Amino acid sequence: MKNHFRLGLFIFITPVLLWLLLLIIVPHVELLLMSLHGKDDMGRTVWTLANYRNFFTEEIYWYTFVRTALYAVIVTILTFLVTFPVAFYITKIVSPRLSGFLTVLLLMPFWVSELVRVYGWMILLRESGVINHLLTSAGLLDAPVEMLYNDITMLMGLVYTSMLFMVVPLISSLEGMDDSLIEAAHDLGASPMTIFYRIIIPYAAPGITSGSIVVFMLALGNYLTPKLMGGKNSLWFTEQIYNEFIASFNWNQGAAFGFLLLALSSLIIWAGLKISKQQLGKALS
Amino acid sequence: MAPVLDIQHLRKTFGDFIAVDTLNFQVEDGSFFSILGPSGCGKTTLLRMIAGFQQPTEGKLLIRGRDMSRVPPNRRPVNLVFQNLALFPMMNVRENIAFGLKRQGVGAPEISRRVDSLLERVHLSGYGNKDISQLSGGQKQRVAIARSLVLEPSLLLLDEPLGALDLKLREQMKIELKKLQADVGTTFMYITHDQSEALVMSDRVAVMHNGRFEQIDTPRNLYSNPATRFVAGFVGETNILPVRASSSAPLQVQTSFGLMLRATPVGNCQSDTLDLFIRPESIILTPAESHEDINLFPLTVQNILFDGSNTKLLATVGQSDHELLVALPQNQQFAHIGKGDTVPAGVHVDSCRCYPRGGS
Amino acid sequence: MIRTLPRQKGYSTAFTLYIILFYVFLFAPLVITCILAFNDSNFPALPWKGFSLDWFLAQGPERIGLLHDSSNIRSIWVSVQTAVWVSILSVTVGTMGAFLFEQEDFRGKQALYFLALTPLVIPGVILGISLLLTANSLGIYFEDTFGVDIPFLRPSFWLVVLGQFSFITTFVLLVVSARLKKFDPFLEEAALNLGATRLQVIRYITLPFLRPAIIGSGAVAFLMSFENFNTSLFLVGSETTLPINLYLQVRDGSTPIINAVSFLLIVSTSTLAVINLLLSRRQPTP
Repeated sequence: MKNHFRLGLFIFITPVLLWLLLLIIVPHVELLLMSLHGKDDMGRTVWTLANYRNFFTEEIYWYTFVRTALYAVIVTILTFLVTFPVAFYITKIVSPRLSGFLTVLLLMPFWVSELVRVYGWMILLRESGVINHLLTSAGLLDAPVEMLYNDITMLMGLVYTSMLFMVVPLISSLEGMDDSLIEAAHDLGASPMTIFYRIIIPYAAPGITSGSIVVFMLALGNYLTPKLMGGKNSLWFTEQIYNEFIASFNWNQGAAFGFLLLALSSLIIWAGLKISKQQLGKALS
Repeated sequence: MAPVLDIQHLRKTFGDFIAVDTLNFQVEDGSFFSILGPSGCGKTTLLRMIAGFQQPTEGKLLIRGRDMSRVPPNRRPVNLVFQNLALFPMMNVRENIAFGLKRQGVGAPEISRRVDSLLERVHLSGYGNKDISQLSGGQKQRVAIARSLVLEPSLLLLDEPLGALDLKLREQMKIELKKLQADVGTTFMYITHDQSEALVMSDRVAVMHNGRFEQIDTPRNLYSNPATRFVAGFVGETNILPVRASSSAPLQVQTSFGLMLRATPVGNCQSDTLDLFIRPESIILTPAESHEDINLFPLTVQNILFDGSNTKLLATVGQSDHELLVALPQNQQFAHIGKGDTVPAGVHVDSCRCYPRGGS
Repeated sequence: MIRTLPRQKGYSTAFTLYIILFYVFLFAPLVITCILAFNDSNFPALPWKGFSLDWFLAQGPERIGLLHDSSNIRSIWVSVQTAVWVSILSVTVGTMGAFLFEQEDFRGKQALYFLALTPLVIPGVILGISLLLTANSLGIYFEDTFGVDIPFLRPSFWLVVLGQFSFITTFVLLVVSARLKKFDPFLEEAALNLGATRLQVIRYITLPFLRPAIIGSGAVAFLMSFENFNTSLFLVGSETTLPINLYLQVRDGSTPIINAVSFLLIVSTSTLAVINLLLSRRQPTP
């Protein structure tokens, strides 16, 4: 039992309530309200579902939406496949001294702005880029090829940007795993495959879930990478939102798109937590 | 002069659970007072009420005659040495000890003087600028005690502070603590579940069980004249035999394996199912004299538990399967005894103490 | 399979090769960006035309180095100011939140805690637009009702600060809470027992204990703010932050001056990150 007086509670709760109320609850209610408003023929503001109707009737909108969601899922899976061996190597294979160094090295690029990282890829991959220059001067290519502005490159870029958020939870969950579990399984005659599926993956499951949730959310909400690395005619849904806000200046439509994106991301995160039986607090920390 | 601590009808309940059940006692100035009891007996709750971290449900708590019920923990003239010591890891030894003095607004030169004198007293001169993490277990212990003593409390509470130490160090700290208390003269109230700590150090010991005090006495009386069945069983090693009373005044009992013994009743022994308590050292092998106050019976040695000066036998009466623990005298007199030997044994009537079965 | 178990040679070699490739993949874009910042060329591309500091120092008229590029310098300054404010605000509120959720008890605590975590899982773009909409509506309301124009409700410096603050606070909250969970409540009782008041306990015991977490999360908050793009995109006014400014330049074609900025960013953030790491390593965790 704690003997704190209630003044303490009051001092602590006030800024927290202000923050959550003014910057989270009210803006998102406003987002929902805006998405349910529109202008009628006379130019007056009225309640309407037209913004959502537009989304379903205009093929390009929901096509972009579904495409974005699917690609975000693919990015999440790819990120896991790429980073899991790295996390495993760092925590279980390489000597402990080197492991600390490799971890630091792993985190360094992610302290640098996403824009710089994407820009790095652009000067590597574009038609006049470094890779093309090297390949043509080596005689492996006759003429430079445009490697930017396609879906594959964009996927790679998204994986590259999100890797950190997968690899850190993976490393911390594998670090907590006692090597003797693997040794015991080996001693009891399990094959590497069995060890992997029955011991390692279940143990790393919480890390996989939290990593996946964050990566998915970040990929879904990413704007820079698809915009700068993706193809000109294949939009990401955030670009759709940006267009409505900045180009068309149709904020009501933009709000509806925003709300749909928020709903989708919340739904997938909720499902991820349910399937893995985890809580948001645990998954984030 | 009022006693340092005066507890009147003190009671603490958590829902239906009674943690401390209507206690009344006083602690005299300058004494070393221990509360001995198994975990969960309510001793920590009592201590936390004295320190002010918990409010009593009923009753009064006076320190030097002053009612403490409205005094917050940071204003009470008692200091607590925590079980895990709770030394501040972000401060060095000197800052830890000076912490309380600084809060009182004592001037820097005065603080420095008092900290130094206390460091010397706990044999840690020169350790002032060390970090807490650099200290050994015993040194941490002494810093924790110094940190409280520097405030010159009316009463120093110690919550099993030796629990985390290894056996050897614990033995050593027991002696040091006793000396320190005699030296500074502060009243110590020491909480423990370790009877040897309580017996070695204390002037008086209260044995606590289920929120009540079973007996408050000197260590010697507690050991030789336990007032209740619980105290008899909890303090010191003992043999417990379920017996039936075959006659009273003088009391004569029969054990489950048929041995008839004369015994001393303690408390209300009207019922005929009783428990007989015999200390291992009160069973005498090959008694020289046969006196009418001595119960005589043959013992068959089943096992020898060699432990240096503390060697004991496990023995049965005849072929029964109830083993008795017998302490051997320290003069190698019985070094020749082997497994399976049968030796005559005796125990004085006064050492066969009978308590009513069950309850406490 | 792991270091203590015997493993096949092929497995080890393949694995090591993969790791090397991974690290090449990880560092290639950054290393290339840095190298090309020193290329004596008008384009951030090969071939290598010799070492030059033009893109840092040149005064024009042909090449303007970073030091003389007022637009980039200004945006760096804006970003620094933004990041300072965001760190101060989010560390303050995040730490108070940690105290609130770890040490206080009140009705609806679980629900409020859940709400406090959501900003991290709301896409940054959404945070940006919803704040933009709200600020705009408020602005219109004030103008219509009271006839006052509140400039900060239009896309502006302070709106960016608020937008970043809204989710970075959650991050601070998580980091400080994790540390506060390890706090031994007996330390607090010990301090009270030695005569400290509740406020002194926080001042002398709890805050010093939390210091590594507060400094660490403050540094990360600074970096998160400094490089934030998604949320800021919709909230920037005339004072553009560095990532937005860089984005506009990259979108409209590139000069090696972007490499020069990137080089500085990479060097300074890695330095900061390494310092932060060393500091957090040195702190003994009791």
